[in-house]
Amino acid sequence: MSYSTKVLDHYENPRNVGSFAQDEEGIATGMVGAPACGDVMKLQLKVNKDGIIEDAKFKTYGCGSAIASSSLVTEWVKGKTLDQALDIKNTHIAEELALPPVKIHCSVLAEDAIKAAVADYKSKHGTTVETNMCSSH
Amino acid sequence: MVKTPVYLDYSATTPVDPRVADKMIPYLVEKFGNPASRSHPFGWEAEKAVEEAREQVAALVNADPKEIVWTSGATESNNLAIKGAAHFYSGKGKHLVTVMTEHKAVLDTMRHLEGEGFEVTYLDPEPSGLVDLEKFKAALRPDTILASVMLVNNEIGVIQDIATLGEVCRGKGVLFHVDAAQATGKVEIDLAKLKVDLMSFSAHKTYGPKGIGALYVRRKPRVRLEAQMHGGGHERGLRSGTLATHQIVGMGEAFRIAKEEMATENERIRALRDRLYKGLSQIEEAHLNGDMEWRVPHNLNLSFNFVEGESLIMAVRDLAVSSGSACTSASLEPSYVLRALGRSDELAHSSIRFTIGRFTTEEEVDFAIDLVTRNIGRLREMSPLWDMFKEGIDLSTVKWASH
Repeated sequence: MSYSTKVLDHYENPRNVGSFAQDEEGIATGMVGAPACGDVMKLQLKVNKDGIIEDAKFKTYGCGSAIASSSLVTEWVKGKTLDQALDIKNTHIAEELALPPVKIHCSVLAEDAIKAAVADYKSKHGTTVETNMCSSH
Repeated sequence: MVKTPVYLDYSATTPVDPRVADKMIPYLVEKFGNPASRSHPFGWEAEKAVEEAREQVAALVNADPKEIVWTSGATESNNLAIKGAAHFYSGKGKHLVTVMTEHKAVLDTMRHLEGEGFEVTYLDPEPSGLVDLEKFKAALRPDTILASVMLVNNEIGVIQDIATLGEVCRGKGVLFHVDAAQATGKVEIDLAKLKVDLMSFSAHKTYGPKGIGALYVRRKPRVRLEAQMHGGGHERGLRSGTLATHQIVGMGEAFRIAKEEMATENERIRALRDRLYKGLSQIEEAHLNGDMEWRVPHNLNLSFNFVEGESLIMAVRDLAVSSGSACTSASLEPSYVLRALGRSDELAHSSIRFTIGRFTTEEEVDFAIDLVTRNIGRLREMSPLWDMFKEGIDLSTVKWASH
């Protein structure tokens, strides 16, 4: 399988790999996927008191495209509000990374990770958000 | 510095030994005659070369040259042996026995015969990859006409005890076919002693050319086959088609070299494999696939837990290796061989088969150890599953979000 240069770049030099301490102020965590499906993504957002995502980190078990999708998302969410982060769609990710059709699910999973992290933040802070974690693929 | 990619995929195919190539070339250009031409020296010369090669192939496995039939490779040999025997002896019974971990050339042939009304028993191997003798015995029935068990497995390199299995078959009047494509030059084969009736060979796994193989067909007691390829009646009617003299000469020379050098070569390869295993077994959660005792020295097959298979193959692209992962092969299933050993899908996907050969060097092995170790570490640093494992969480108890 051949990969786009952008996928290779993120795979070779993933941005923002790591974790925040769960109990740190303003940290939200979204974990999606399953080992049996071949990919698990953990996305963490650090949200300041103005509701802006200051920082983001990820850890991903998955193929090169899954790693690249999550790495890209950590770059894109920074500086956005939670609602703006929810505007990031899998189609944007797939387009940016030039993912082939068999790898579209990686971008779907990255979108789901954003939703899960935002939902986690809002549940901790008293608001709810609709998530769609069971998109079929 | 080693030249990359480093070739550690000798069980996929081997380069033609330069000595073999040198012997082949004259039979393409000057000595081009058809071995079936009986009326002039061009044919006589080609026929002589073919018969000499037949002796060389027979010598490696201690058989009579008359028992060697040329084919296009081990796939054709397996087809001819299994279909040929099944068709010829179908009056005696319609049951066949084989093992889940056989090569597709055997399994798919068996499937085809099922479509023709034969019944096939597919034995599960033990977790070691070996066939259990009692289960094998129990599978043989009065209407069983043939059992097929490979000598050396292509993925995990385990060696089946064909001497014992052959005795069982002979005792019960069941024909015994052995796919030895991965075995020549790696393990001793003595067909004068072994109770094997049919054995498949390939040239290109033993430093010969692709596109040529052979089938051993025992004469005493005589085994009959129904031909699968009809035509000019070559190979005593068992396999029609003009003989590929240059390929045959290449296979003969490759097997001659194998006979002469296998003892010393295997010692050298074993030392390299042990070095590779010693280095890679330092990696945490690296699981060996297949038995280590009953195994050719050329093969090492390891699964690396908590690393996803495709990203692993991407990480080691400076190595030419095979993987049990779906994404690197045409099929979407993880290795059926590793699944048959009871490995989980995740471990089957994250496996790497390293196969070492005649031209592998110590530097290449050290390069592989370093590359794999560094990249497994890198991918695990990135893996949430590795974190959870390190925190002592049992991943099988985690409720994963369905997606």
